[in-house]
Amino acid sequence: MKQKDCTEELAKVSCLFPRFARNKVLWLMLSPTLIYFLVFAYVPMVGIWMAFTRFNFRLGFFKSPFVGLKNFEYLFKSGILARLLRNTVLYNLAFLIGGNLAQVVCAVFLSDLKNKRFVKISQNIIFLSYFISWVLVGLFAYALFNVDNGVINSWLRSWGLQEYNFYLEPKAWPPIIIFFQIWKGLGYGSVIYLSVISGIEQEIYESARIDGASKWQQVMHVTLPMIKPTFILLIMFNLGSILKGQFQLFYQLVGNNGILFNVTDIIDTYVYRSLTVNFDIGMGSAAGLFQSVFGCILVLSVNAIVRRVSEDLALF
Amino acid sequence: MRDKNHVRPDRGSTSFAIAGYSVMTIITFVSFIPFWLMFTASISDEMSVLTGGFRLIPQKFSLDAYRTIFKGFHQLLKSYLVTCVVTGFGTFVSMLLISTTGYVLMRQDFKARNKISFFIYFTSLFSGGVIPTYILYVKYLQLKNSLWALILPCLLSPWNIFLMRNYMRSIPYSLVDAATIDGASDCQIYARIIMPLCKAGLATVGLFVALTYWNDWYHASLYITNEALYPLQYLLYRMLSNAEYMKQAAAAGVFLENMVLPSETLKMATAIVVTGPIILLYPFVQKYFVKGIMIGSVKG
Repeated sequence: MKQKDCTEELAKVSCLFPRFARNKVLWLMLSPTLIYFLVFAYVPMVGIWMAFTRFNFRLGFFKSPFVGLKNFEYLFKSGILARLLRNTVLYNLAFLIGGNLAQVVCAVFLSDLKNKRFVKISQNIIFLSYFISWVLVGLFAYALFNVDNGVINSWLRSWGLQEYNFYLEPKAWPPIIIFFQIWKGLGYGSVIYLSVISGIEQEIYESARIDGASKWQQVMHVTLPMIKPTFILLIMFNLGSILKGQFQLFYQLVGNNGILFNVTDIIDTYVYRSLTVNFDIGMGSAAGLFQSVFGCILVLSVNAIVRRVSEDLALF
Repeated sequence: MRDKNHVRPDRGSTSFAIAGYSVMTIITFVSFIPFWLMFTASISDEMSVLTGGFRLIPQKFSLDAYRTIFKGFHQLLKSYLVTCVVTGFGTFVSMLLISTTGYVLMRQDFKARNKISFFIYFTSLFSGGVIPTYILYVKYLQLKNSLWALILPCLLSPWNIFLMRNYMRSIPYSLVDAATIDGASDCQIYARIIMPLCKAGLATVGLFVALTYWNDWYHASLYITNEALYPLQYLLYRMLSNAEYMKQAAAAGVFLENMVLPSETLKMATAIVVTGPIILLYPFVQKYFVKGIMIGSVKG
């Protein structure tokens, strides 16, 4: 395959790397991508060093004083890490289970309603929330829950009830946060389940019908069991990323509202604040590193388990 | 489909239909309320909102908020320009890189493809994190207050690359073989055969990328302090958070000079103007997203 008219230089290279020379055009096409990931994904990995320093922006990466495991020690002993972990994991579990259940309900009903126009309109509206920015979601929450002119407080006042300041009440927020997360992902997620349901063979329903199964029994004993593998699979895979917080959701709904931190602070918001508000960069890096390392271990172990169950389903 | 044989309706199908329509009506309604609220609030009279709160049916109609927006149009126009440039340029470059990468990774004679795939995939498993990336951008690349700081972070994601590769894999590989035998170069196969055949895939991934750029406020919050470079979503965010800040200051008795609180209706009208293009394009692009999710749900 070697071209005859290539220069001496290239000929030398192709002797050294025959495979490389054969595919040089392909390598050339790939190179911007490789450089991109090298610079913007692999180079920052060197930055995990900062988790072990008392980082000072002016001194920079190499001259900031090394403090060993002090940052981690502080995060553990102060209970900050425990709080961040608890919030991150519990919210993600709620998003995962609540989200998937809501998506299944949507998909089961949408796939079976006879009025196709209703189905189409309904699906389009449910899907709309996927397209808007989190800033807008924050604004929606404000319009619903703020104490001066939010919808809910206007209702409370017009019924002669006492107003309720959501933004001062930590216990109100877990349901609100979970609601908005499920709301935003509902349209997207139900498409996956809809495609699974449309793949179920009609003969199965036929035979269930001949056996005298009612509509509800068909759903309970045919549709749901057929969805179950997908459901379990999606839950399993997302369990791997249970340490990855939905930063934009939390930050747009709650922001830097310190009153609510006990129930709304997740690892990602803590890291962001340490960078933009507290300038405690070493500590933020430590929390971020903790998240990265354990997140990676989690994904790898989930994948190993999935691989054991079925090789085809494993990610890698 | 199931009704075609005119069989007797199943037992319980009426109660199932009733349950289905009511549950879906409620879910649809709840999904729609925030959008409706944003719209009605933007066309309400400010005083009626301040006294009566946001209502699902506007109490007093007024277009004052929109008039205010068009009076102070300058900043909004700048932000529109920033967002359009970043979205347009970013999506174009992103698609170029994603399609070439997808193409190389689908080539079966490219022996290193699995190693390269892992090199890319690993970045979604483990990352240096927000802070080292921030330091890289600001201290070493000097990209603070540069449009590059908005374009580069969203340029390539492993997910989009593998989505594209999977789409290209669905093209019969014999086409590539045949073209190679006919003497087509690697670039020709990419430009003449692969690209025309994966237009739908390109549209899908392109829309995902464009949506990410359009809705991005996060990178602006890290890297942009110059108001002339605020993208739309960040402009909206600043307006909302500044209003909240001023409200708190006023409640604490601090009087800030020269600060005009944006009215409630103005917030909503701005949100409409900022989101408008998405809502308008939505009916046309929605089907591509559904297709994209289907491809994406196939194992990578």
